[in-house]
Amino acid sequence: MPEATEELCSLDRIDRIIDRYGGQRSALIQVLLDIQKEDKWLAEESLRHVASRLNVPLPQVYQVATFYKAFSLARRGRHLITVCMGTACHVRGSPRLFDRVSQKLGVGPGKTTHDGRFSLLTVNCMGCCALGPVLAIDEDYHSNPSAADLGRILSQYE
Amino acid sequence: MERFSSPRDLDQARQSAAQSRQGRLTLSLCSGTGCLANRSRPVYEALIAELDKAGAADKVIVKRTGCHGFCERGPILVVYPQEICYLSVQPDDVAEIVAKTVLKGELVDRLLWKQAGKTFTRQSDIPFYSHQTRQVLAHNSLMDPADIDDYIGYDGYAALADVLANRTPQQVIDEIKRADLRGRGGGGFPAGVKWETTRNAADPVKYVIVNGDEGDPGAYMDRSVLEGAPHSVLEGLIIGAYAIGATAGFFYIRQEYPLALTNTLKAIEQAEARGLLGDNILGSPFSFHVKVHQGAGAFVSGESSALVSAIEGRVGEPRLKYIRQSVSGLFGKPTCLNNVETWANVPLIIRNGADWFRATGTEGSKGTKIFSLVGQVEHTGLVEVPMGTTLRQIIYDIGGGIKSGRKFKAVQTGGPSGGCIPEAHLDTPVDFDALTQLGSMMGSGGMIVMDESSCMVDVARYFVEFLKEESCGKCLPCREGIREMVTILNRITQGQGRPGDIAFLEDIAVLLSEAALCGLGTSAANPVISTLRYFRDEYEAHIHAKTCPAGVCKALIAYTIDAERCQGCGACAKQCPTKAITGEKKAAHRIDQKKCVKCGVCLDACPKKYRAVAKVSSVSVVPEAVQTA
Amino acid sequence: MADNITLTIDGHPVSADPSQTVLDAARSAGVAIPTLCHHKDLLPYGGCRLCLVELRQGKRSQLVASCGYYAKAGLEVHTRSPRVLRARKLVLEVLLALMPYSEEIRRLAHENEVTETRYQRTMHYCVLCGLCVRYCDEVKHTNCIGFVGRGVERNVAWVPPDRYDQTCRTCFECMSLCPTGVFPSNFGLAEV
Repeated sequence: MPEATEELCSLDRIDRIIDRYGGQRSALIQVLLDIQKEDKWLAEESLRHVASRLNVPLPQVYQVATFYKAFSLARRGRHLITVCMGTACHVRGSPRLFDRVSQKLGVGPGKTTHDGRFSLLTVNCMGCCALGPVLAIDEDYHSNPSAADLGRILSQYE
Repeated sequence: MERFSSPRDLDQARQSAAQSRQGRLTLSLCSGTGCLANRSRPVYEALIAELDKAGAADKVIVKRTGCHGFCERGPILVVYPQEICYLSVQPDDVAEIVAKTVLKGELVDRLLWKQAGKTFTRQSDIPFYSHQTRQVLAHNSLMDPADIDDYIGYDGYAALADVLANRTPQQVIDEIKRADLRGRGGGGFPAGVKWETTRNAADPVKYVIVNGDEGDPGAYMDRSVLEGAPHSVLEGLIIGAYAIGATAGFFYIRQEYPLALTNTLKAIEQAEARGLLGDNILGSPFSFHVKVHQGAGAFVSGESSALVSAIEGRVGEPRLKYIRQSVSGLFGKPTCLNNVETWANVPLIIRNGADWFRATGTEGSKGTKIFSLVGQVEHTGLVEVPMGTTLRQIIYDIGGGIKSGRKFKAVQTGGPSGGCIPEAHLDTPVDFDALTQLGSMMGSGGMIVMDESSCMVDVARYFVEFLKEESCGKCLPCREGIREMVTILNRITQGQGRPGDIAFLEDIAVLLSEAALCGLGTSAANPVISTLRYFRDEYEAHIHAKTCPAGVCKALIAYTIDAERCQGCGACAKQCPTKAITGEKKAAHRIDQKKCVKCGVCLDACPKKYRAVAKVSSVSVVPEAVQTA
Repeated sequence: MADNITLTIDGHPVSADPSQTVLDAARSAGVAIPTLCHHKDLLPYGGCRLCLVELRQGKRSQLVASCGYYAKAGLEVHTRSPRVLRARKLVLEVLLALMPYSEEIRRLAHENEVTETRYQRTMHYCVLCGLCVRYCDEVKHTNCIGFVGRGVERNVAWVPPDRYDQTCRTCFECMSLCPTGVFPSNFGLAEV
């Protein structure tokens, strides 16, 4: 498990997020997305707090948190590497790109490197189909980087 | 930002925006997600710096626009009014563009498009564009999506002003019905009929929704429209809300599309500031408010009842409901859901009239359709063509045919719920009904071209695997049927297919189409059914002969080195990740099949002049491996 | 209460209240339709698809889950048409693999001439009918258990796990609803 490098969303901050949506029950997914964005994962205490503030039964909060791909109940790395597995990328060799990245990082899909720098994820289409196969590091996209490109690109991230 | 309180204010703004364009060059740089991935941001920065240096900054307008469509050759820079189109522009090219084109009006020849010995200057003359009819995408390369005044300057919100001032809601609905606008999200349901049902529903509180949950892998039409022309979608939505009698609306946008989200939020904010959205729009009694809901990553959310559940903050799971959304939808209220492209067509229809819209298309499908043309095609990108254009025209005339001279095999349309169409049907005119007859569907417009190097069993397996991850798991046929299909297809592609597997797949297909709860489930077997229909021999080859004709399925292929051709250069051995290749220098090498992971690196590494490495059916190399597998 | 309406089920006119589902109307008329995830105290769910019936209107025919489709005047319902029986058999083949210990399912399978299943049996015997989860929510309002995950990863779990000690110990009413015949080994094994 990587060391915690950032503080979790404090409950105050979660309150502020919830207030932004007027504390409405229907904002559950939006609230969780905001917390996920700040913390990069959803901790149990965050989920409990959201459940009680929005007055949604805890199992329903968990159901939402485990249903959508954007959420993670485990701590993630500082940077997210997302390899697109959409159809266009698939027929242009995304499985091989994925293997390349996976070998370089030494982790499998959904896993985080030991130093906590990167988490490796797959996604079913980022809509960059014309450039496939594509991967994104956080919000920067890269079209079919070679093994050498990858080394150079990855070294730019702390 | 000044708030408009009448249609006249809007008209004045339009005139002044159009005037400010007069006599100035416009440099329009594509800044859609595709071009950003191709580094259009450094090009922009270089452009600004270079123009500053040349003292030309006030002579030109630099716009960062939405997607121009020809994504493969991005970043794309178009110089207006001449419409000079530069492709694959790099930061290093900028100085020359400024020195020659901006200052002297000369062309930079090496950045222009060349095809069949001809050089093309104007964007619209390039074959990729000249065979298209860009109506919805027309403004994508002209407008800065982050600037509402730019949209207004190109007649933006004129349709809304016209509707509010001169037409009753029923007249708007009649116009849309007369245009015969069908939903672009897949089903092709007549939008006007849906609007009318929602309007006529008894409940006074009604909602309108933009379905921007473009989940089909290989499709990015909606993303590009939201990124490049968010105001046209918003204008369509406001017009729809007026016609339907809705006071609140929602954009549902995938979280995977950050730029689409940003641009939509900005569009809403600006429209509110301009008085085009909110209370008493353009001084009329009509008020309408819009919220954006972000998707959290679930393909099934595109299904309308699941999408509605998600906006309500619940798990995006289809509901057991035999009442239309237009009668009881979001929060139990009448709700009209249309996809991004459908809404974007609305202002065009109002502005130009239903007859104009009907003039394009086929008997049953009017207007144009945007497709994302991707896969093994020479020129990939976003194309907009009249309904009824044939697959062959799209793939060959626009797309330039198959990449690297290989043979066409199939085109996959309709996303995971669609199907694969073989060469024999390439002359089919593309519309809602024709594709359905071929066992595929229009879907939202993904068009993935595959050549002979694609294994159709593997393609079916890919889609079913995708659906396995995306099935919500609520109903038994979808969850268990898809799970079993994946098992069977995995076994077939691994050379362990059994007699009876094809019949079992066909039975599961019936289970899914007859018994599943929602559209995802009932169409989940389409990739299997359509490949079985057109490429059954490939399934049989895998099951009975244990071969993969396309040479894709790893368990059924092997790599060998031809001892006669091999010169012992060692290039392959150096790159082999598992050290499976051995041999003396300058003597023939060989591959240890037990160590080989079939990554194919040796095939790429072998110098073209030797061509000693070959991909063969594994049966011919290690027959026992297949038998014992 | 609204006036009764008349629909036909398997060719016979049946009188029903419009607030009744087709399933209820059929059962009150003595027509048997098999169900698994249905429970009279719970909202219609539509997960198991055993209760599919065919609706015909002229040439048009449609399969719907009778547990969630409300009775309408003039509705033409078929509960044993070839189309219904084919779908029912295919559903039962899945269930036979998933819940081999259920006598009810074995009987239904036998009745519908499903003798064997080609589906792989898994070690996991929960069929995700959701009876326990929905009962805990809709009837008991305790929300001790819930669904987690999606698709083939979907499971029933205690959320949070310690709810088991606190509340469930004194209740366990959901257990009697489990249709699989192997309770409680099927349940509560998943961890969030």
